[in-house]
Amino acid sequence: MSIEFDSIQTLREALDGKAISATELTKHFLSRIDQLDPSLNSYITVEHERALSTAAAIDKKLLAGERAPLLGIPIAEKDIFCTEGVRTTAGSKMLAEYRPPFDSTATANLAAAGVIRLGKCNLDEFAMGSSNENSYFGAVKNPWNQERVPGGSSGGSAAAVAGGLCVAATGTDTGGSIRQPSAFCGLTGIKPTYGRVSRWGMIAFASSLDQAGPMARSAADAALLLEAMAGPDEKDSSCLTVPVDPYSTLIRQPLEGMRIGIVPSLLAEGLSESIAEAFEDCRKGLEKLGATFVEIELMHHHHSVGAYYVIAPAEASANLARYDGVRFGYRCEDPADLQDLYLRSRNEGFGDEVKRRILVGTFALSAGYYDAYYKQAQRVRRLIQGDFLQAFDQVDMILTPTTPTTAFSLGENTEDPVAMYLQDIYTISANLAGLPAISFPAGMSLGLPIGLQLVGPHLKEATLLSCVHQFQQVTDWHHQHPRDWA
Amino acid sequence: MMNFPGWQVDIGLEIHAQLNTASKIFSGSATAFGATPNQQASFIDMGLPGVLPVANGAVFEKAVRFGLGIGAKINRVSKFDRKNYFYPDLPKGYQITQMDEPIVLGGQVTIETEAGEKIIRITRAHLEEDAGKSVHDAYDDATAIDLNRAGTPLLEIVSEPDMKSAADAVAYARKIHQLVTYLDVCDGNMAEGSLRFDANISVRRVNEETLGVRSEIKNLNSFRFLEQAIHFEIERQIQTLESGGSLIQDTRLFDPDRKETRQMRSKETSTDYRYFPEPDLLPVELSDAFIDQIQAGMPELPDEKSSRFQSEYHLTEADARLLANDLTLANYFEAVAQGVTDPKTAANWIKGDLIGKLNETETQISSTPVSPKQLVELIGLIEQDVISGKIAKDIFQALWSKEADSPRAYVEEKGLKQVSDAGALEPLIQTLIDANPKQANDLREGKDKLMGFFVGQVMKQTSGQANPQQVNRILRNLLGL
Repeated sequence: MSIEFDSIQTLREALDGKAISATELTKHFLSRIDQLDPSLNSYITVEHERALSTAAAIDKKLLAGERAPLLGIPIAEKDIFCTEGVRTTAGSKMLAEYRPPFDSTATANLAAAGVIRLGKCNLDEFAMGSSNENSYFGAVKNPWNQERVPGGSSGGSAAAVAGGLCVAATGTDTGGSIRQPSAFCGLTGIKPTYGRVSRWGMIAFASSLDQAGPMARSAADAALLLEAMAGPDEKDSSCLTVPVDPYSTLIRQPLEGMRIGIVPSLLAEGLSESIAEAFEDCRKGLEKLGATFVEIELMHHHHSVGAYYVIAPAEASANLARYDGVRFGYRCEDPADLQDLYLRSRNEGFGDEVKRRILVGTFALSAGYYDAYYKQAQRVRRLIQGDFLQAFDQVDMILTPTTPTTAFSLGENTEDPVAMYLQDIYTISANLAGLPAISFPAGMSLGLPIGLQLVGPHLKEATLLSCVHQFQQVTDWHHQHPRDWA
Repeated sequence: MMNFPGWQVDIGLEIHAQLNTASKIFSGSATAFGATPNQQASFIDMGLPGVLPVANGAVFEKAVRFGLGIGAKINRVSKFDRKNYFYPDLPKGYQITQMDEPIVLGGQVTIETEAGEKIIRITRAHLEEDAGKSVHDAYDDATAIDLNRAGTPLLEIVSEPDMKSAADAVAYARKIHQLVTYLDVCDGNMAEGSLRFDANISVRRVNEETLGVRSEIKNLNSFRFLEQAIHFEIERQIQTLESGGSLIQDTRLFDPDRKETRQMRSKETSTDYRYFPEPDLLPVELSDAFIDQIQAGMPELPDEKSSRFQSEYHLTEADARLLANDLTLANYFEAVAQGVTDPKTAANWIKGDLIGKLNETETQISSTPVSPKQLVELIGLIEQDVISGKIAKDIFQALWSKEADSPRAYVEEKGLKQVSDAGALEPLIQTLIDANPKQANDLREGKDKLMGFFVGQVMKQTSGQANPQQVNRILRNLLGL
């Protein structure tokens, strides 16, 4: 395998053993990006100079004998994490030239762990989308098949990792935006428990749903990244204060005695045959490893998408009110007065999907509708969470598909927002309930990856990572990568 | 004083008090007034992408203290909500406030009116963040936004419409001002915008039970403007109705130059704030222990203190009220009263000389150049008959101007000791009597006014240092009175 698809462990040994320097490794990725990214469009900003100067500094450390799991590993960050002095666009014209004056906590944590940031990845605008076709900076292509979407909203991160343009990447997940693109691109991506990773510096979409997480080539790699990203942060009141589990040391738990739940109603319809087959194969594989399967019900699960598409836009409508052309970001030319400034800056600065969601969200909160929509959706949310909590009395985690189909074609769902929203049908409930959930490669169909999902109880990221790691010891899906796609 | 027979007025006030915490309610920025524009606005205050609010614990204690001070119920669980609207001085496009679960519920204060004492009920008080300032006169063709104020903690105090006149409203406003400064919750500096009033005013016929259509006058920042705005508004509303017109519920601004109110927006176009719970902040649970601790540390309130001054120091009601009105002044008084024999003397000195000088020089009691210790020493010299009251007043001026530091030392230095020695005074007085036989005779015959003549002469000859009681006694003695 060429180094661009090597695991972090392999690269660690190479760096520590001086087989390669951090600078050489960085140059390798930068050159691949320059050469190959034009056909993927996975990066919005590539930080050549900065990455090389970071690499040089890290090489000094490595030579001095410093050792750390992520020291010198080149990664990319979704362009929704504020990076001090470096353009952070959220995939929007509204922030096309915006340079934050501070780093997000996730960014700072990863920097402290010694990663080399290659650049900022493309995404659906303000994290709203499931295909990365909503970016001001153009659609991202799936390296497995460039007529297909990589998924969204962390489509750029997924494509970059899958295409060997970085070792791993950060993403954010509000309704599935780490997991769904991970499934479409054959990656292992985890959305941790709500509050596990600080949201400071993470441009907000839906405050009660957003979570940051890693997208990587394996559970082992994802564990290393999550360990570095996560942790208490007093700048985020919703951030958990419990210490972070040392995930990378906890992934070798055998599956004997693990009870995994299956929700028959979720497998009944709307699921492509190939994914249903992969699901069965995975189940057999996990049984061989010692897990037992239990059928469970999640009674209110079918309300997930409805509840989500009220709550998320509602919170977004408030979170995006600050983009008004007054203090920073895009401002229309020659505003006639204040109203004009607001209307045109926002109309011109935001893309259609963002405007659509702001309108929906504003409506759901408006006088006369709040009780029927927002309040009701929050009540339903409580019921959905309750189903999971009850289920976790009987099982340790739940196995579901991640997506109803493999990667769909560019342009296939752009005319039908609701069809696009239904892509998130398996992933949304974990966000509503604040539960950790992981997507991992479990098959291929017609040259496109198939991902499956495990959802766990609050703060059981280690259990999820461990289960996937065991699965990845006896399967090969995660080792596959697109070839000759350039 | 306005009089509209057949009509009655209903007024409610919403008072915004800036809490005097060192930092803002959701960020660590300083709250000090007067900084260069936008120098006290952090990333959080500016609402930059990716920022999050973090609640400043100190604000809860202040809000609870206020709530206890008005006898209100304290909500043990406090949550925040977003109030959404667009305005350039509101950086996030929403204000973090408390909508349906305010920290303080109910309560009341008592005001003094011409008709006697009146209770004004308080509906609620809640915590919220202040917006920035729009400055319209800094540039010719643009409005400038200063975000220093954005995020300053506010306690919004909402009253029931229990006030029936501008006088009631001003009395209530003054009472709240006294209370928040007393409780060290707000510095009460209205010139700096620490306390601002919105007045809700409506009128109805005397026998009408339901309240009339109300107008809200926003952002009044002095007692005088409050009074003027209410007067104008009452007149406007009654005149409109009496001439057959109708009123619409609206929001108005007061123009202090024209002394009139102007409509800002009407109910038809009023804003739907789309309140929803703030997802970035956890609900705050206040424990019984927390509340109890604040209760235990509550300062004595003005009315209580005034009563105690009357019973403990035997002051008159008027004097007690005056001294209890301001906490710093009250503490000053007590420090002096406890160091002298007669507290009433302390009261008189403070009421007269000290407050007189403070007013004359527009000095705050907190900056008085004469300390309680110095005043105690001065009064002590009078009580010990070392100096006369008149000389003491001169010494007071010297203390104020810092010419004197210790009254006792100053008396020594300037030789101001009172002459009380009969041996010194008798010959002097006898000489005066002999030199003024007519006056002496008139005095013997009952013209008491002439006492003043002789005492005055003695004072002149002793440079004011003769002990007046002694002079009186000796004079009467020598005249055989």
